[in-house]
Amino acid sequence: MRSRTPLDLVEARPGPSFTVTFDGREIDAMPGQSIAAVLWSAGVTSWRSTRGEGGPRGVFCGIGVCFDCLVTVDGRPNQRACLLPAEPGQVIRTQEGTGHDER
Amino acid sequence: MSADPHLAVVGAGPAGLAAALAAAARGLRVTVIDSAAEAGGQFYRQPAQGLGARRPQALHHQWRTWEKLRDGLAAHIEAGRITHLKGHHVWCVERKPHAFIMHALLGPEQQEPAAVRADAVLLATGGYEKVLPFPGWTLPGVITAGGAQAMLKGGLVLPGRTAVVAGTGPLLLPVAVGLAAAGAKVAALVESADPKAFVAHTTTLTAHPGKLAEAAQYATALLAHRIPIRAHHTVVAAHGTERLEAVTVAALDADGRVRRDSERRISCDTLAVGNGLLPHTDLAEALGCRIDRGGVAVDEEQRTDVPGVWAAGETTGIGGSALSLAEGHIAGRSAAARLRNTQPDPGAWTAAARARSRLRRFFSALDTGYALPAHWTEQITDDTVVCRCEEVPAAAIREAVDELGAGDVRTVKLLTRAGMGWCQGRMCGPAVAGLTGGEQPPAKRPFACPVPLGVLARAGAPGETTQG
Repeated sequence: MRSRTPLDLVEARPGPSFTVTFDGREIDAMPGQSIAAVLWSAGVTSWRSTRGEGGPRGVFCGIGVCFDCLVTVDGRPNQRACLLPAEPGQVIRTQEGTGHDER
Repeated sequence: MSADPHLAVVGAGPAGLAAALAAAARGLRVTVIDSAAEAGGQFYRQPAQGLGARRPQALHHQWRTWEKLRDGLAAHIEAGRITHLKGHHVWCVERKPHAFIMHALLGPEQQEPAAVRADAVLLATGGYEKVLPFPGWTLPGVITAGGAQAMLKGGLVLPGRTAVVAGTGPLLLPVAVGLAAAGAKVAALVESADPKAFVAHTTTLTAHPGKLAEAAQYATALLAHRIPIRAHHTVVAAHGTERLEAVTVAALDADGRVRRDSERRISCDTLAVGNGLLPHTDLAEALGCRIDRGGVAVDEEQRTDVPGVWAAGETTGIGGSALSLAEGHIAGRSAAARLRNTQPDPGAWTAAARARSRLRRFFSALDTGYALPAHWTEQITDDTVVCRCEEVPAAAIREAVDELGAGDVRTVKLLTRAGMGWCQGRMCGPAVAGLTGGEQPPAKRPFACPVPLGVLARAGAPGETTQG
């Protein structure tokens, strides 16, 4: 009875996949997935270090309420990874602190 | 343009859709404004279209009801009676003489503004999850139960291979079953409620054959997926450095205290945790609507105490999708009559009204059974981060209360910054209130989400796009 993946479970036939980069590494993305979903699929669960303690953070609430999953996308910091859809060629970077001190 | 009255419905979940369909069918022009890319809300969250899911119902319950809502919405949109504004995050509802203006930010980036003008507004803004701190709860891999479900339903992804589902409340069952069906190993379902607590309410709880059948289905599914259930247990701590590696789970004693001798460690890379839901009341509060026991107070017709403002679904108090549908239906019918200056006939919605009272009774009985560990604040060690945004540890809050004399959450916030960050205290609010030793007061947030200053400066200025 157990399906191997969520995609199997709903008999998904995703459109053509594309790539984005995360901290310089190319990773595959499926159309419509949020950046958080793409990162999870690639085995990444942390993409921010906090301003104070520098602790790792990723998805927490998953619905745009908690702002824990903030990430830098195409040079813009503080994007909510759980809401923002992945787009071909996006440059996603781990956000350090406020995200405004980076070059 | 027709001169039919115009109703804005904020939220496209079960309550908002039921309301929109009922109002549109009775001649109102309806604009449904919702932050998501597709209708459905959290309960009926759909996989992104690009993922080509041919059987999305495998992740859902009450699919037939969703099909009716979805098809009804499509028919009304086709006929020009409903406009569905997707990707519109309403941050404020402004009350004007004889009108309301819904101020929204567009898309997931939420930088560009839009505004919608309507004669009346119906708030169906749903709820979000209540989570409480424990050591390790900020580790990546620890997510809310609803968040795990949202990522699964919307993005068809799992955060890891082995999950523990923990907390209290009816949401934990579908989350555990959903994760298992999608391929995760669910190592334990940890529920802090004492099964004996439900016994006192057996009459109310068994008066709902549908709900009993649902519970039986979950029980069967839990067995089929071999998910061990630990009732009257709680997660004491999450362990790991860069991400979650294990949790410590313990039994609760008769007083609701952790039994240290029962602690055991469970290896897992995912902890989905939740303690029930909280109503989203920001828009209602900013409009000045009365809040009662955490939800927007409404009358028999689902009207708030602010003329021209209705509310339905979880925003009025948590009660599940069936209650949301009933409330939405009644609200939509009431608005349709009232906006034409006619008296609505409650006799026309007796079935919905009966379902509403039955389900409210059911959920209030359920609510007394599902309970947090009675002494949950004792489990928050001094070094546990309570406010995730501002990284405020429990020690700072305790110091503010015990040594600096803070007697309420507002003073604690001013002394410690707990609740002052990005999420505006939505995540830490219940915990800060618990540590301060009081009830959580209404938060009174002027805006429902962060608003760019440029947008704020232009809001209401002439030339701002106004539809409707």
